[in-house]
Amino acid sequence: MTHAMLQASYILATALFIFALHWMNDPKTARNGVYAGVAGMTVAVLATWFQPIIIHHGWIILAIVAGFAVGIPLSMVPLTAVPQRTALSHAFGGLAAGLVGTAKYYLWYQEGPENLTTFRMVAIVLEILLGYLTFTGSLMAAGKLQEVKWIPQRPVTYPGQNIVNFFLLIVALGLGAAVIMNPSATWAPQVFPAIIGLSLLFGVLLIIPIGGADMPTVIAILNAYAGLAAVAMGFVLDNKLLITAGALDGSSGLILAIIMCKAMNRSFGNVLFGAFGQVQQLKAGGEQKVYKGETPEGAAQIMEQASLVVIIPGYGMAVAQAQHKVRELYDQLKKRGVTVKFAIHPVAGRMPGHMNVLLAEADIPYTDLVEMDDINSDMPQCDVALVVGANDVVNPAARYDKSSPIYGMPIIDADKARTIFAIKRSKNPGFAGIDNELYFGPRTWMLFGDAKNVIGELVKQLSGGSGMH
Amino acid sequence: MLRRLLLSGASAIGALVVGAGRALAESPAGGEGDAGPDYWSMLFVFVLASFIGLGVIRRVSRLLHTPLMSITNAISAIAVVGSILVTGSDYPPTIRFMGGIALFASMTNIVSGFLITDRMLKMFKSEKPGQGGHA
Repeated sequence: MTHAMLQASYILATALFIFALHWMNDPKTARNGVYAGVAGMTVAVLATWFQPIIIHHGWIILAIVAGFAVGIPLSMVPLTAVPQRTALSHAFGGLAAGLVGTAKYYLWYQEGPENLTTFRMVAIVLEILLGYLTFTGSLMAAGKLQEVKWIPQRPVTYPGQNIVNFFLLIVALGLGAAVIMNPSATWAPQVFPAIIGLSLLFGVLLIIPIGGADMPTVIAILNAYAGLAAVAMGFVLDNKLLITAGALDGSSGLILAIIMCKAMNRSFGNVLFGAFGQVQQLKAGGEQKVYKGETPEGAAQIMEQASLVVIIPGYGMAVAQAQHKVRELYDQLKKRGVTVKFAIHPVAGRMPGHMNVLLAEADIPYTDLVEMDDINSDMPQCDVALVVGANDVVNPAARYDKSSPIYGMPIIDADKARTIFAIKRSKNPGFAGIDNELYFGPRTWMLFGDAKNVIGELVKQLSGGSGMH
Repeated sequence: MLRRLLLSGASAIGALVVGAGRALAESPAGGEGDAGPDYWSMLFVFVLASFIGLGVIRRVSRLLHTPLMSITNAISAIAVVGSILVTGSDYPPTIRFMGGIALFASMTNIVSGFLITDRMLKMFKSEKPGQGGHA
């Protein structure tokens, strides 16, 4: 493998990666994107491996085999666990970047300090900072999503939290600057692990105050960090393929994070440093409002006579694994000539696009999944809005209540439908601890219970009532 | 308070950027016979690749944001290239061992990232009955 062949392979791999992402613009061509990505990666791996400087093969083969052994089971997780898996893979990406940066620094320190130019040192320090903080931060996020026992689910906050975090970051950057200026000093190899330790700690502290509702944004930001760590690795190793592929990943994470922030009407800084859990204050003095309950029988009758039913899914649907029952309901209603659409809020669920994947898993055609901005104009003509485990994304308080933590967030206009049914597990307020006024509206009826059971009841009523089966 | 902290954080990052800038200024401007890496062309590639990324990703269907994230996971596991270089070169064993762990982590991302993306994409079907893949 000559230098020219290597560079040509890298250009080919870059082109294939760009096509892979390009084909993701339409579900019809998206699978070609996967093939292009696999082809690009294969070219990159083989071209790198067949260089004459690669003389040890045993560990490479071992690591690749182990990668397959762990990667294949990881790709078969249930789709409700996809947010955790994604966070875990960001952690692996960060770890790889951090380790390569560390290895390269110590190698050059021992065998060629003249290689430790200021430019390379800046790249190495950025690579290990981003790499290791992405590693522990993503592990924390994955733990929270998986609801691991020893990681608190609720946001953990304490006074001066942001000050502590910033202090840590500044110390890490300061040590980084010291090593950049004196890369081959005798003390440098001792300071280097301190930078690693601080970035590992910083990753943990950054994610601890973040709650479930903010996870889509945080996962997207960690995605961008993992990409930028790969870019930094490209600068360290003088490798343009790493730079281009890392830049593609970084821009993807950035765009997703921006979309998520817009969908919550919040800024990056607010998500990362604003600890959602802290903002809520008890609304004192409000008189106890009452819910109006409805039985599945009654709800089924009304839905049967509707011409347009809009189902609004949220994280509760994922928790209850209710997507397959939703599909049965969809089928029953369609059989009766009812038009059924799904209204998808960008931050519904725990990662970007979460609801779409779950509903696609249940065989619901993607043509019936409608984005928030497109469905809202139809909501006044909607006969029944069925809220399945969504809460904040349908709370009308976001429109006018300036004291509400979700004020200004764009919502799905469920309250404009002629009849609203909301499935809710219990009478407690939702994640953010905010009362949802939709539930007390004049046209809202509550269906209490586990989403899967309630929808199962609705399906039973619909299929029994028509005398079929 | 928060604003002041943000500012001090930004100035620390600014200092790093200035350091990087100075490093670039010191770097030889690609004189003949100089085999050192060409930092400017690397930055050039980075900026252009970011713009291509922003342009391409912006047009990705919102339906597919979860698969998008898993395919970019797999693509960013391009760190595999750096890991192979560190693991397979004639370096001391401790250095190569770190490379081996990194290679394992990247390979896991490549394998699971592409497989799960494909698994999810298979599920997206349009309305036509009887058409579409068999999962």
